[in-house]
Amino acid sequence: MVDLIAKTPMNGFVPLKLGNVTLSEMAAGPITSISPFNDTGKDLSAALKAAHGMAVPAANRSTGKASARAIWFGREQFILMGCEAVQGLANYAALTDQSDGWTIVELKGAGAADVLARVTPLDLRSHVFKKGHTARSDLMHMASSITRTGDNTFLITVFRSMAGTLLHDLQRAMEGVASRG
Amino acid sequence: MRLSCPICGERDIREFYYQGADVALNRPAPDAGDDAWQDYVYLRDNQPGEHRDLWQHESGCGSWIVVSRNTVTHEVSGAKLAKEMKRAKA
Repeated sequence: MVDLIAKTPMNGFVPLKLGNVTLSEMAAGPITSISPFNDTGKDLSAALKAAHGMAVPAANRSTGKASARAIWFGREQFILMGCEAVQGLANYAALTDQSDGWTIVELKGAGAADVLARVTPLDLRSHVFKKGHTARSDLMHMASSITRTGDNTFLITVFRSMAGTLLHDLQRAMEGVASRG
Repeated sequence: MRLSCPICGERDIREFYYQGADVALNRPAPDAGDDAWQDYVYLRDNQPGEHRDLWQHESGCGSWIVVSRNTVTHEVSGAKLAKEMKRAKA
């Protein structure tokens, strides 16, 4: 049997620090897309809580913590990231394994919101977009998911195939912010 | 320009895709006859005033929404989920 070696989307990417902002790739672990069936919201939330200790996130919100998160991912849809979804959830929702399908990076530092403001039209001010808030939006020309995980920390997700473009766009934005001192 | 998505709130216009007038919500039955289908496919009133358009929050939540606007004052007066508009009619 051939022993295959898993590569992350930004294989070998060393965290990039420009000014006071650091970009690093996150090892997300398993990713499962969960789309609740009609009228199963409460049962699903209870099952998710029992199995993974987090509630089903409301629209534009995320639940869980760094080790495993549930992130709202579009209308009537969210992803479970960082742990294998228990099969019992399939009674209440359509589950799709999307592990390895997404590039996941973390942007951290005092100027992180300034960097993102150059690439996305979202209102990222901390009193509007608070910790735990998430949004699907454009990141330059890419479809993305952006979640605030800390005061100056954002989790950014784009399609796996967009890893290089994401790095290019974020690096340029980081250089721009850093050059302004 | 910004649009208010019923799910995501106020968002930049570049996140949305424009479909056109909301006639698709009034699709005639398959056997409604040639006149009804002629109306549905080709005939538009193009009146000044209140107008409703279908937009999709393409790079946001993905919802189809119906946005009301006034073609005279350019005021955007509201947005509702197309799904709910369709259900309300049924």
